[in-house]
Amino acid sequence: MKDILLKVDNIIKRFDNNTVLNGISFDVHKGEVIVVVGPSGCGKSTLLRCINALEPIQGGSITLEGETINPADKNLTALRQKVGMVFQSYDLFPHLSVLRNITIAPEKVQKRNPKEVEKEALALLERVGLRDRANSFPRELSGGQKQRVAIVRALCMNPDLLLFDEVTAALDPEMVREVLDVMLNLAASGRTMIIVTHEMQFAKAIADRVIFLDAGQIVEEGDPISFFEHPQTDRAQKFLNTFEFESVKNHEK
Amino acid sequence: MRIDVIVRYLPLFKKAALLTLKLGIIGIIFAILIGLICALIQYYKVPIIRHLVAVYIELSRNTPLLIQLFFIYYGLPKIGISTNAEICGIAGLAFLGGSYMAEAFRSGLEAVPDIQVESAYSLGMSPMQTAFYIILPQAISTSMPPFMANVIFLLKETSVFSAISLMDLMFTAKDLIGLYYKTTESLFLLVVFYLIILLPVSLLGSYIERRLRYAGFGS
Ligand SMILES: Nc1ncnc2c1ncn2[C@@H]1O[C@H](COP(=O)(O)OP(=O)(O)O)[C@@H](O)[C@H]1O
Ligand SMILES: [Mg+2]
Repeated sequence: MKDILLKVDNIIKRFDNNTVLNGISFDVHKGEVIVVVGPSGCGKSTLLRCINALEPIQGGSITLEGETINPADKNLTALRQKVGMVFQSYDLFPHLSVLRNITIAPEKVQKRNPKEVEKEALALLERVGLRDRANSFPRELSGGQKQRVAIVRALCMNPDLLLFDEVTAALDPEMVREVLDVMLNLAASGRTMIIVTHEMQFAKAIADRVIFLDAGQIVEEGDPISFFEHPQTDRAQKFLNTFEFESVKNHEK
Repeated sequence: MRIDVIVRYLPLFKKAALLTLKLGIIGIIFAILIGLICALIQYYKVPIIRHLVAVYIELSRNTPLLIQLFFIYYGLPKIGISTNAEICGIAGLAFLGGSYMAEAFRSGLEAVPDIQVESAYSLGMSPMQTAFYIILPQAISTSMPPFMANVIFLLKETSVFSAISLMDLMFTAKDLIGLYYKTTESLFLLVVFYLIILLPVSLLGSYIERRLRYAGFGS
């Protein structure tokens, strides 16, 4: 087995008295792609936010390459640089050009050479087919283009781990594919990723391991074939059935 | 209305207009600084100080400038702080304008979505870097319309400076009317000079607003 990159150990997350994550544990190995699925409100976003130290946890621990992730830590920005995150809502900085959106953090946070960063940013934009939009502003892009830029922005920090929180959920259907393709390419190039998604076909294609979350706990965990073809628990079965039902309805329309 | 009277008074009004403009601009610059600091204190919920800021804002917004000026002009010497009328005028305008500017900047700061801040954090930016590169530029452009309205409001408020014997436009007009009864000419010049000061600012304001609307922040 390859080295463990991220270790989530028995974490508890509460909002007031509402326990949202109740003893979650799993490891992520270098180069592994984890897909997290589960019904809405089960704590998927919260889990990713805890890993990126956007939320404090009330119990357990999260360690990245042996270093504890703790929102109260002084080294927080150093740790966050190693974890890239793309959110569901388009979160590009509206007052900056596409290129500046990508280069600002490597320049200001990592103090890298602006020329070199720009070169890397343009090369990455080229890879997602947006080289010609480098000088556009976010408002001039489609949703799918914005999400691809957001992915490039995270990539340009050269993070060890990438987190994706339903990045295609707000997109028009015809734009979903272009974003998923970028993520498939990243997986193929060996990136370590944790992906929250409702695109089950995509999950099946990209996941090394699927984690099924329900009511703040890991109910089932395994390789995608076993999970999608032969779910072990009733809850996973029921969850997967909701997608079947939807596809039948669409078919009859 | 006699043209020769107008021509004769013109230099007096010009001098007064320059004084009005000078005090107005300096006062507004201080108001901007006070406003920005107060808005940031409230946005970042700095303990204790933010309550002082809240008191200041209520006090400043709910009392007339004339009374604020009287307090500064007649009150400060009573507690041993000697000053002159010009400084009092500037201080009064800054005291009044600070709260208006604070409200303008605060609404701009609060309009920046949380996700912008979280995106910056997730890129490893420190709170300072996030404020400087992400929050402030967005907040300042959304607060431009109320900001420009405040600038115009404060420039108009300079007309009460005459109450503390500053030889501003209002003072000059009242003086000439009192001395020579040239009411029509004096009022005419008073209006014209205020228009000369305010119209360009107003036009600049609508230009900026149009530019911002065109830029259409967000999605
Ligand atoms: N900032 C917050 N304050 C209070 N409750 C929250 C907050 N964020 C999320 N929650 C609650 O946590 C639960 C899990 O939310 P979330 O992680 O967004 O679910 P998912 O992403 O799986 O749909 C929900 O019940 C939600 O109401
Ligand atoms: Mg979610």
